[in-house]
Amino acid sequence: METIFHDAVHVLLALGLPPLLLGLIAKTKALFAGRVGPSVLQPYYDLIKLVQKGSVFSTTTTWVFRAGPVVALVTAGIAVLLIPLADATAPLSFTGDFVLLAYLLGLGRFFTASAALDTGSPFEGMGAAREVTFACLAEPAFFLGMLVLAKLSGSLQLADMLGSSLASHWSADGESLVLVLLSWFIILLAENSRIPFDDPNTHLELTMIHEVMVLDHSGPAYGMILYGAALKLFVFGALVVRLAFPMTGGSPWLDWPIFVGGMLVVAVAIGVVESIMARLRLTHVPILLVAACLLSGFGIILLVR
Amino acid sequence: MNQLLDPLLIVALALNFVTLGVSRIRGVINAVALQGILLGILPLFVHQDLGFRVILLVGVTIGLKGFVIPRFLVHALREATIQEEVKPLVNFMGSLLLGAVGTGLGIVFSYTLPLAEQHTNSLVVPASLSTVWAGFLMLTTRKRAIMQVLGYLLLENGIFMFGLLLLEATPFLVEIGILLDLFTGVFVMGIIIHHINREFGSTSTEHLTELKG
Amino acid sequence: MTLALILVPLVAAALVFAVPANRWRPWLMPVASLGHSILVVFALQGPPVRALGGWLVLDPLGKIFLGFVSVLFFICSIYTARYLNLGHERPNRIFCVCFLLSLSMMTLVILSHHLGLMWVGMEATTLAMAPNIYFYHTPRSLEATWKYLLICSVGIAMALFGLFFLAYATLHTSLEPTLLLDDLVQHAPELSHPWLRAAFVLVLVGFGTKMGLAPMHTWLPDAHGEAPAPVSAMLSGALLPCAFLAILRVFHICNAAGEGAFSREIMVVLGLFSMAIGAIFMTGQRDLKRLLAYSSVEHMGILVFGIGIGGLAVFGALLHVLNNGLTKVALFLSAGNIQSAYGSRSTEDVSGAIRGLPITGTLFLAGFFAITGSPPFGPFLSEFTIVNAALGSDQFLAGALFLLLLAIVFIGMGSTIIPVVQGDPPEAAAQPGFRDGFLTSAPILVSLALVLLLGVYIPPPLESLLREAAALLEVKR
Repeated sequence: METIFHDAVHVLLALGLPPLLLGLIAKTKALFAGRVGPSVLQPYYDLIKLVQKGSVFSTTTTWVFRAGPVVALVTAGIAVLLIPLADATAPLSFTGDFVLLAYLLGLGRFFTASAALDTGSPFEGMGAAREVTFACLAEPAFFLGMLVLAKLSGSLQLADMLGSSLASHWSADGESLVLVLLSWFIILLAENSRIPFDDPNTHLELTMIHEVMVLDHSGPAYGMILYGAALKLFVFGALVVRLAFPMTGGSPWLDWPIFVGGMLVVAVAIGVVESIMARLRLTHVPILLVAACLLSGFGIILLVR
Repeated sequence: MNQLLDPLLIVALALNFVTLGVSRIRGVINAVALQGILLGILPLFVHQDLGFRVILLVGVTIGLKGFVIPRFLVHALREATIQEEVKPLVNFMGSLLLGAVGTGLGIVFSYTLPLAEQHTNSLVVPASLSTVWAGFLMLTTRKRAIMQVLGYLLLENGIFMFGLLLLEATPFLVEIGILLDLFTGVFVMGIIIHHINREFGSTSTEHLTELKG
Repeated sequence: MTLALILVPLVAAALVFAVPANRWRPWLMPVASLGHSILVVFALQGPPVRALGGWLVLDPLGKIFLGFVSVLFFICSIYTARYLNLGHERPNRIFCVCFLLSLSMMTLVILSHHLGLMWVGMEATTLAMAPNIYFYHTPRSLEATWKYLLICSVGIAMALFGLFFLAYATLHTSLEPTLLLDDLVQHAPELSHPWLRAAFVLVLVGFGTKMGLAPMHTWLPDAHGEAPAPVSAMLSGALLPCAFLAILRVFHICNAAGEGAFSREIMVVLGLFSMAIGAIFMTGQRDLKRLLAYSSVEHMGILVFGIGIGGLAVFGALLHVLNNGLTKVALFLSAGNIQSAYGSRSTEDVSGAIRGLPITGTLFLAGFFAITGSPPFGPFLSEFTIVNAALGSDQFLAGALFLLLLAIVFIGMGSTIIPVVQGDPPEAAAQPGFRDGFLTSAPILVSLALVLLLGVYIPPPLESLLREAAALLEVKR
């Protein structure tokens, strides 16, 4: 009974919160710029609007183009079920599930890129190439961070790695965890196409990475893409929040609000970073990703010395 | 060793990588300045008794390394009207990776040297070796004269880190002397850079290759 | 007394800064130098001096170097004053101030028994010399100054690292980490050996950069080539030996701690390498002053080699400091005269110096014979002592290589200098107005005379001083 209730809250939160995060980021950026900005609930209205529209599909595309958004959404959805949220349990949990997590997201990325290539447009091909390159560089950082957590908790299950024992590890091996946290925050920005990797608000196709891949989608398909991206942001954000605030108060009434609060803080942090930094030159992006890898790497070295 | 010492040293280590990977000279100056300020604060966590001498040293270090020298370098930079490093001998990615390798080796090497009990398991020796290595890299692979000066500053930061933390009994006079020497050195270097700029119209050291054999 | 030794040049520097007349300013330098030398004479004869609680001590090693630097500076300052006045309307305020400042800082280095203070002095001498190298404000001298400044500063920073290692080597002793030479020597056997070795290597590399040991010597030829002659003379004659003194201090500690064998091996290898580099780059060298610079590299190698061989060679090396310094001064000042007369340093433009500048040419030739180790000059005696000690202590390979390299140097240097000195002067008229004057030749004559004296007869006080100093460095075998 407990678990069903718990799982239900998990699923509801995971499905309902992500668009709010997007709205919060936009609001933070607007406030920084001195504007009032759109409402925090704007993404919800956007999704509703998109669902009601019709789709236009180019005649050059095949089933891959139609499958892209669907796979992206489904993989993100399953990924959300893998991560432990507030009280360190997840609906789906088994040994080695973090590998599944990484590759579910990889699968979604693969199909998005394939859909982009399927259109035959040079812009989208360019965006796909960039996105995939950066993903290659970001993956080692993610896994190195996971390695640190695995070494600390002694288990290969996400529920244990990000579980309640993490709080005690912070006081003992705080330095490694700080490095992993920094590294994962950079990965969060990279995987979700935020500044300094990609500007979500740019109008120039030659400067886009992620937006240009989804340029040709419309209507419900575009809504799926948007929602899938929000879910992906939620996944990475949840990882960061669990790492940064690993305490479990014991009572669900305490844990869930803390978690939601943490997610909102992360969203505001992303908004702040986007407001104070400019996008990096394309040739400098790999340097930042390698730096993230190095941070995680040093997290491990500090652990084993 | 105070608990707070290690995280600060990690930030100093991270700043090494920032200096190696960033191409904007202003950014590198800021990173080195920040590291200097960190260095200045570190004695507060090491010395058991915070006498007047320690406080004065902290103040002078922060003032010189964190403000005076960077301010002077920014002034020199503005005069030379350049913003970025030209293509260095080893590209930025290579510098980052070399720096990482050097840091790793430094961590390994610090195990072969016997340390006093209060210093084992501390990050002081690896951090200082890593900073020295990063300074060396910058000195040898960068082509802009100001970047070479910044490499020298980084080198001095690393050495100072070692001295500051391990030698609680280093005489005050010597530490002040070292700082003053550093300041004067950078000052003279800045003047020479100004002359280089006036003479060649650019501060890239590719022009300084005439004397050979 | 010791403080006065350091302060007199400083005060003189301040005075020089204040003097507005360009013509008369340089003449303050010989005056200040004379004052400094008088003080040195008193210090040498008086009781052992200790000041600042053991930070400044005049020990036998220091006495040799101090007397030597003071004499050298006096000789150079007379030449410099005349040189600056000769048709050079350049403002020489900074030059004079920095020149005197470098004397003050060199005294500080020689006197300090606190290694940290010694380091501060070393760095100060580097900075003091830099503006003087840039005196002519040409692009090439700018490049030379930049290289000099950067390479020497980095080298000295590495030496500081080494000094910190040295201080940390006291971690297992009852001593608090200290850089006081006397304390370190006293507790030497208890020092931690890994740290001691690392410290010695770093100090050798670091101060070796300042000393001009290969492969860290790359700044030397450029700086010597582009700097004015008296600056090159002081650099080669006095500053490089000061760096050598710094290495000797740390070697003293290592020796006392029982790491003597380790240090010696490194020094022999490095010494031979420097000699080889000097020899290689001297052959076919077309620039007179760069030739002399590589000769400096070679002789610094000889110094380090001598200490590395040990035994009587240490006496030989210390004697060689004096011989080399005086000869280098003579050579560089002659080269300066030649450059002023012919307007160029290149062997393509200069020839027949013996006819164009009779006194300078002859002295230059004599200097060449002296520096390459011909009897009856001083360097022959010191080099002979070193070789003797090498062969006597069964280090045959080292001794043989030493002799071979000396021979190569003789040939290489001779092939450049002989054409410069002999032959016919070029048709193009020499710079009008430059003839051998009294004040531009007397200093050279005096230094060469001293070298000749040292080759024939070493005054007993000097000999006993040298033996005392050598004994200091031979604490254990």
